[in-house]
Amino acid sequence: MSLKESDVQQIAHLARLAVDQDRLPEHARNLSAILDFVEAMSAVDTAAVEPLAHPLEMSQRLRPDQVSEEDQRELFQSIAPAVEEGLYLVPRVIE
Amino acid sequence: MSVHTRTVAELSAGLAGGEYSSRELTESCLQHLRQPAADLNAIITVTADQALAAADAADRRRAAGDAGPLTGVPLVHKDIFCTRGVRTSCGSRMLDNFISPYDAHVVEQMAAAGMVCVGKSNMDEFAMGSSNETSFYGPVKNPWDTAAVPGGSSGGSAAAVAGRLVPAATGTDTGGSIRQPAALCGITGLKPTYGRVSRYGMIAFASSLDQAGPMARTAEDCALLLEAMAGFDPRDSTCVDREVPRYSEELAGDLSGVTIGLPKEYFGEGLDPEVGAAIDAAIEEYRKLGASFRDISLANTHLAVPAYYVIAPAECSSNLSRFDGVRFGHRCESPRDLEDLYKRSRGEGFGDEVQRRIMVGTYALSAGYYDAYYLKAQQVRRLIRDDFLQAFAEVDLILGPTSPTAAFDIGERKDDPVSMYLSDIYTIAVNLAGLPGISLPAGFVGRRPVGLQLIGNYFEEGRLLQAAHAYQQVTDWHRRSPEGDN
Repeated sequence: MSLKESDVQQIAHLARLAVDQDRLPEHARNLSAILDFVEAMSAVDTAAVEPLAHPLEMSQRLRPDQVSEEDQRELFQSIAPAVEEGLYLVPRVIE
Repeated sequence: MSVHTRTVAELSAGLAGGEYSSRELTESCLQHLRQPAADLNAIITVTADQALAAADAADRRRAAGDAGPLTGVPLVHKDIFCTRGVRTSCGSRMLDNFISPYDAHVVEQMAAAGMVCVGKSNMDEFAMGSSNETSFYGPVKNPWDTAAVPGGSSGGSAAAVAGRLVPAATGTDTGGSIRQPAALCGITGLKPTYGRVSRYGMIAFASSLDQAGPMARTAEDCALLLEAMAGFDPRDSTCVDREVPRYSEELAGDLSGVTIGLPKEYFGEGLDPEVGAAIDAAIEEYRKLGASFRDISLANTHLAVPAYYVIAPAECSSNLSRFDGVRFGHRCESPRDLEDLYKRSRGEGFGDEVQRRIMVGTYALSAGYYDAYYLKAQQVRRLIRDDFLQAFAEVDLILGPTSPTAAFDIGERKDDPVSMYLSDIYTIAVNLAGLPGISLPAGFVGRRPVGLQLIGNYFEEGRLLQAAHAYQQVTDWHRRSPEGDN
């Protein structure tokens, strides 16, 4: 599997990562090497094998639908990059 | 007072016997951390004030007759565990400014046992690495040979224990991150069964693989630590509700009647002959202890690292999407718009290896590739798990090397991700299967330690610790220290 620089750009966009243009060749080389490496899996026939998502094959535990967390807005917002009147601030989205 | 060479069990006895108070012990430990010889870059944050307060509380508890075996004993937490009011960086620029508003379950458990946290240990960024070189805070040095890596990702924890800075540390293991650094630093480290220890407040990397565990000098110490760490926590939906055995009371006993499997795939190509010779010598010790051996095969071993490098990045790309520069963590300067805020905050906040894995995971999960990568890897994961189930129908334990080589040089594998990944070739399958595994010191290649790995069946941590303890009763590798034997 050989990724082109444009592939890396697209992946970085999907992952919301700003990547330096001059490092695209290096990323393409490294990501291609990793994908080549994981390609080893294609040598085994797994058509009849059920995927294993959880090592103990447990099902999701449910809890009663009750409030279990108290309001800690001030504590949580004390470590936020930008807040105002209890709201998190980001650049304007709607003009 | 030279207490820094003592094990957890020895310090526990000293505290119980009134030889020293936790205050004295903690002050000595903090002083030791500041010495130039301790400059391994193993500790990112020293929490002196909180530690002394915790030590005083431990002494009061002891005076009131309410002390347990760990009360008053110092430790460091890997900086992946959230600690209320203390920076929790996860080894990343992204969280360099993150003061956690809450404690991880593991942190609560150790505090409830009366342990004194003296600091937070260095680690590979977001636990992604096998050499501790991906940390935003710089590499950790191996105390046995400062030109060598300590292993990773729990490299700071391993180096701190091996360098006799602290008697115990917490670690996490997603693909070998407790066992491999334990091996490379010559200490004992246990990765419990998936679900044995709560992941609440442990910053998530790959949620179906991540598991916390103890790192210390001896199996006995790991038993004491795991007793405190393990237990049900409803805040982690994958934490298993199952009684925690008294591991430390079940260490005695010989190994007659125990059958140990030797997987041929763990002794083949890629294993350093000197590491292999140390493991062969350990096998002889186990034979003398009464264990019998059987050759087994874990036929899909060669697919473990490839499957892992799809599953772990896929889960990491999803878990790390929460770091977006909005609610906490790093935010870029003067973002033009929301997309620019996300992209630059993440591009600046994450280092190379983390970005690489996020991109691999994003690609593997993207439309049109899901079946070829993620689904395929989960199918291979079942084959790997089934190999172990089959083996455990015939044997009680599996034995082999923890890592194919002793510690490599700092910088040696930094620019070759795939060669770095192969350092975990014997540990990764255990995480994919969710099994417990332990690494214990079993010799040296030159000055650099060799680790022996034992793998057990689900929830058989007790059996692993017992087998490790038996070996440590007849060998002294775990008593060797970079400064001489103790």
